Amino acid sequence: MPPEPPIAGLAPDPPPALPGRFALFVAFAKMSLAGFGGVLVFARRAIVDRHRWMTADEFNETFALCHFLPGPNIVNLSVVFGARIRGLGGSIASFAGLLAPPFLIVTTLALLYAHYGDVPALRRALNGVSCAAVGLLLAVTWRMMLPLLKRRDPVALAMLVAVFVAVGVLRWPLPQVLLAAIPLSIAATWLMRRRGAA
Amino acid sequence: MTGIGTLVSIALAFGWLSLFAVGGAAAAIPEIHRIAVDLNHWMTEAQFADAFAIAQLSPGPNVLIVTLVGYQVAGIAGALVATLAMCVPTAALAYTVSRLINRAGDSPWPALVQAALVPLSIGLMAASGLILAFAADGSVAAVALTLAAAVMAAATSLNPVWLLVAGGVLGLLGWI
Repeated sequence: MPPEPPIAGLAPDPPPALPGRFALFVAFAKMSLAGFGGVLVFARRAIVDRHRWMTADEFNETFALCHFLPGPNIVNLSVVFGARIRGLGGSIASFAGLLAPPFLIVTTLALLYAHYGDVPALRRALNGVSCAAVGLLLAVTWRMMLPLLKRRDPVALAMLVAVFVAVGVLRWPLPQVLLAAIPLSIAATWLMRRRGAA
Repeated sequence: MTGIGTLVSIALAFGWLSLFAVGGAAAAIPEIHRIAVDLNHWMTEAQFADAFAIAQLSPGPNVLIVTLVGYQVAGIAGALVATLAMCVPTAALAYTVSRLINRAGDSPWPALVQAALVPLSIGLMAASGLILAFAADGSVAAVALTLAAAVMAAATSLNPVWLLVAGGVLGLLGWI
């Protein structure tokens, strides 16, 4: 990014001090523990708004890279962010901060579930929670689908339906489906864009 | 059935799966379900639905559903191995890639690949919804609750935690 020209009369904010490894661990632990139903929103708020460790553009660019790579996006984000600030040690500190505290909570819940999972009242309550949780997942899926529906993008919609049927209805294995679908989708998207540009 | 062999099979299953987790944890649920319920019989449909519910109720990344699967199979060691297998290989890949390229540059390929991957990950999320609905929704009332939660979450900006709590209360009262 080219340096911005200085604006006369406006002293630029001093760049905030970059965090050490321990501060990275604590910051990611806090984001993680605040994040019910997804940590990304809290990560953006902490990194961009509160600590100003990255600008909004830098954050978006970093997140785009993490979204593009396989694996849990927010875990990738912690590693890439930690590496940019403090190298390998920073990566490990951010990764551990993001995962260790919720891991302890989830493992405790798993232990309780193993002991009390058959108690009828708990069974009923958990069943209600899982029904609602499926509804939340459907709502998120619907929201993500809306832009594709509005654009009436035939290639994207066909790929979406094909993957849904292969994995959701026919229950085919994900690796095989993706090994076929990813090259196909890239080729089709490329052809559509070339035709659109011509 | 806990033993080194079990831990190794957990590590291999989730480590391999993580490489195909495009679009995050929600898109990986069909394959997690296939591994845990269909292939290895590590858990029942009901236990899988419960694991999803507990993961949603807990803070932290949604990927921690694999922690619950791992615990079910092999206790605390299984939970740890499943979590690390799901997160470490792709984290190492992300670390390496981010060291190699500092910024996307002017190449159109990353944006094109991204555009090609988005519909695939949405299709996978829809498949997750279907598979989990089969696991969780055993009655007409359960289906109605799922649909009501979906509509409320899509149409309002209500904090999703309240919808989970409301579902839990309705279940506890025996209405589901």
